[in-house]
Amino acid sequence: MADTDHTRRTFLGLAGGAAVLGTVPVVIVRPVEATPAMLQTAIRNVVGEANVRTGKVKLDIPPLVENGNTVPMTVSVASPMTADDHVKSIHVFNEKNPQPNIGNFHLGPHAGRAQISTRIRLADSQKVVVIARLSDDTFWSATVDIVVTLAACTEEVI
Amino acid sequence: MPSALINVPPKAKRGDVIEIKTLMSHIMETGYRHTASGEVVPRDIITSFACRYNGTEIFRADLYPAIAANPFISFFTTATESGKFEFEWIGDKGFSETASASITVE
Repeated sequence: MADTDHTRRTFLGLAGGAAVLGTVPVVIVRPVEATPAMLQTAIRNVVGEANVRTGKVKLDIPPLVENGNTVPMTVSVASPMTADDHVKSIHVFNEKNPQPNIGNFHLGPHAGRAQISTRIRLADSQKVVVIARLSDDTFWSATVDIVVTLAACTEEVI
Repeated sequence: MPSALINVPPKAKRGDVIEIKTLMSHIMETGYRHTASGEVVPRDIITSFACRYNGTEIFRADLYPAIAANPFISFFTTATESGKFEFEWIGDKGFSETASASITVE
């Protein structure tokens, strides 16, 4: 099932990309893209050698994005936000933008609710990874696959 | 001309969790775009945002070029006492802006 899903998304991504290329006659030279290896390095820079587990974190972001220049996203973490058990920071990464980092958000028990929202840029159909660091220094993550039809960062400045 | 939009509830009950929404007008030039003649447009982004509540830092964010133009950031905090929220954005090319908002806690 997971494989089928992945294939369909990959196909949709390619189809979307082909549609965009079809309508734009100018050949666009893409900037250097972050690779999954760079994504792993960026994540290791934050978590060190710690184990990153899936769960607790929820990433709300549209699965199909028309305009990659501004993509609204909300990250929420299931946490009581007490002095003993709270979210220290939330880190957002991507797979294929020129840089793997999107943003780091530092909060504390005073926040009351572990939730942040912002708007991001996505240069391609790709994965967005969110990692939350809790007060006991455990790391929890969520990953979402996103299809982008109009990519950010590649247009020319007139 | 930089300008900030801040949305903080003017009143809250003690202990309420409130949402703070901020928007700063800024181009957030990524440094990855080229002009028609092939020159790279230099990076010009906001790199850091912080919020202080009566002088204590309650929220901080490091921003990268992947944050969309006119950075919108929203977060939560617990209303503990009446006072002032101070916001600060710092970025490339010496960009530095501040804004503030007051809250009455009953």
